[in-house]
Amino acid sequence: MSGHSTYQPQNKFLQWFEKRLPIGGLIHSSFVAYPTPRNLNYLWTFGGILTFMLGVQIVTGIMLAMHYTPHADFAFKSVETIMRDVNFGWLLRYLHANGASMFFFAVYIHMFRGIYYGSYKEPREVLWILGVIIYLLMMATGFMGYVLVWGQMSFWAATVITNLFSAIPGVGDTIVTWLWGGYAVGNPTLNRFYSLHYLLPFVIAGVVVLHVWALHVAGQNNPTGIEPASDKDTVPFTPYATIKDSFYMAVFCIVFAWFVFYIPNFLGHADNYIPANPAVTPAEIVPEWYYLPFYAILRSIPDKLAGVIALFSSILVLAFIPWLDTSRVRSARYRPLFKQFFWLWVIACVGLGWLGSKQPEGIYVILSRVFTVYYFAFFLIIMPLLGIFEKTRPVPNSISDSVLGAKA
Amino acid sequence: MKRTVLALTLATATAVFALPATAEEQVAPPRLKWSFAGPFGKYDEAQLQRGFKVYKEVCSVCHSMDMVAFRSLAQPGGPGFSEAQAAAVAAEAKINDLDDKGQPIERAGRPADYFPSPFPNELAAKSVHGVAPPDMSTLAKARTYQRGFPWFIFDIFTQYQEQGPDYIAAYLKGYEDPPKGFALPENGHYNKYFPGHNTAMPSPLQDGQITYDDGSPQTLDQYSRDVAAFLMWAAEPHLVQRKRIGFQVMVFLIVLAGLLYFTKKKVWSAVH
Repeated sequence: MSGHSTYQPQNKFLQWFEKRLPIGGLIHSSFVAYPTPRNLNYLWTFGGILTFMLGVQIVTGIMLAMHYTPHADFAFKSVETIMRDVNFGWLLRYLHANGASMFFFAVYIHMFRGIYYGSYKEPREVLWILGVIIYLLMMATGFMGYVLVWGQMSFWAATVITNLFSAIPGVGDTIVTWLWGGYAVGNPTLNRFYSLHYLLPFVIAGVVVLHVWALHVAGQNNPTGIEPASDKDTVPFTPYATIKDSFYMAVFCIVFAWFVFYIPNFLGHADNYIPANPAVTPAEIVPEWYYLPFYAILRSIPDKLAGVIALFSSILVLAFIPWLDTSRVRSARYRPLFKQFFWLWVIACVGLGWLGSKQPEGIYVILSRVFTVYYFAFFLIIMPLLGIFEKTRPVPNSISDSVLGAKA
Repeated sequence: MKRTVLALTLATATAVFALPATAEEQVAPPRLKWSFAGPFGKYDEAQLQRGFKVYKEVCSVCHSMDMVAFRSLAQPGGPGFSEAQAAAVAAEAKINDLDDKGQPIERAGRPADYFPSPFPNELAAKSVHGVAPPDMSTLAKARTYQRGFPWFIFDIFTQYQEQGPDYIAAYLKGYEDPPKGFALPENGHYNKYFPGHNTAMPSPLQDGQITYDDGSPQTLDQYSRDVAAFLMWAAEPHLVQRKRIGFQVMVFLIVLAGLLYFTKKKVWSAVH
């Protein structure tokens, strides 16, 4: 840990307890005395926001699970029973569904922050990779949760995504039949998705513990990308980061509440209010917005197996960024070329997201291909080369210098 | 470099938005004024009662609402029927059940029952027009239309969530003669707003078909709006409570955020 524990409980009971299970000291050294860079901006509050959202999803999810029936004949109706008859069931449902969207919104900002400021660089590589693992677990959890509603989009999205595995040569079809528990998406599929959807958030919680631990070993990155050199550069987590995080969390909750109470179905798809019908295929099968960029990448490649490989690679490539980026300067603040390529990459991500909602034809598929190429080029070509060729701006001497310099 | 990026983005955007719509053609329905729209929206009880009358006299002949219970007619935030009235509506329905010897019977409905399907099964429902009449419990949330960019962004701020009722009202008024050259299949009906324009249901409503006791105009336009509003209530019975609580939550959060902001400033003044 960070070794700044100065926890001396006054209370006799707490002293007694501390000798037996030093949780007080742990909390104190991790979240009270923990030295935090003084120059963190609002983008650093999203880690705390994500932990909060994980808690929201788990609490609302457990309460929904008390009323939900995971059987193909009853699932849709049980969700409607929750919406109509369970006291504040509508609130639980909308919190959970919109909470998933807010969870992904926060994780994307969190990841963009990490890439921009070089938070994945040495010594935070393991921290970054744990984050990629959390992201993958989130994607699996979100996908299975959406299937549980057993609306038209639930059923057909499950069919499309599970069918991806049939692209694996040789064993593909066997794997898909095994996944389904039958010869098509059906009740066995729903049941196992329910089991896994309940399990994975707790796996995520475990990896989050590792993620925060790894963070506390290295300490936070900060907008300058240079490590704190002295006590002048840091402030204790409580009260400084605590109060700042609380404020931004309240702002985040305002956005969350806006969706939940006023536009609860904006981010969803109308077709998911139609009960699943294996005999009727919807006009368009699209995933939730947070999967759209990957959907665009998948469909931009005409070959099925290549498309699936591109889809999974687009996420797995993230794990290699600490080694793909060769620059000695961490923060994009001092990397003018990287900054511009980064923003182009953000445009590509948003563009792919929008294209994922369109049919893969005409200009849409052309643009998807252009953006997909750029997406991979950013990681595989630009990041390695920029480290060698980029002329970086001079990095400040210390964090406190950069803070005071800004004021001068 | 920045100008190139900007130029590229604008060029792409223009190229894309200038494109005609592909896939299923759907004409956007006109946006109507709904009493339940916006942050302070409420259902109009009289409208819901009229809409219910339309459902009961016309739609329920073919369409079930098997996730809406008769008792919900008496719940707050709805059409405002009394418990006795809801029970009377229920009693008019015929519900399949078993007697205490296990023989199938038809009994009068109770408030706890749900609006039944007039057909014994899916195949029978399908046989009339080739497509089973969809259940109406969630219909108003199951129908929408493409808003397109950038309107779906504006919708976040204007809180436009009434795509379903707008579509349903337009659809009910949208039956017309097919334009020259449109190949309408044998049992299809041309509807301006139905995606693909070929709908299985014949026009169900016309002027003067249902008698309104409150003096509202007995026109197709009025029937369409009223039944669309009723279907929105059927799909989202807690809308009024949701928006009311939402307002309280927003006020609380904004005050909280304000207090936290000034506290943060005070705490950080020690460091700045």
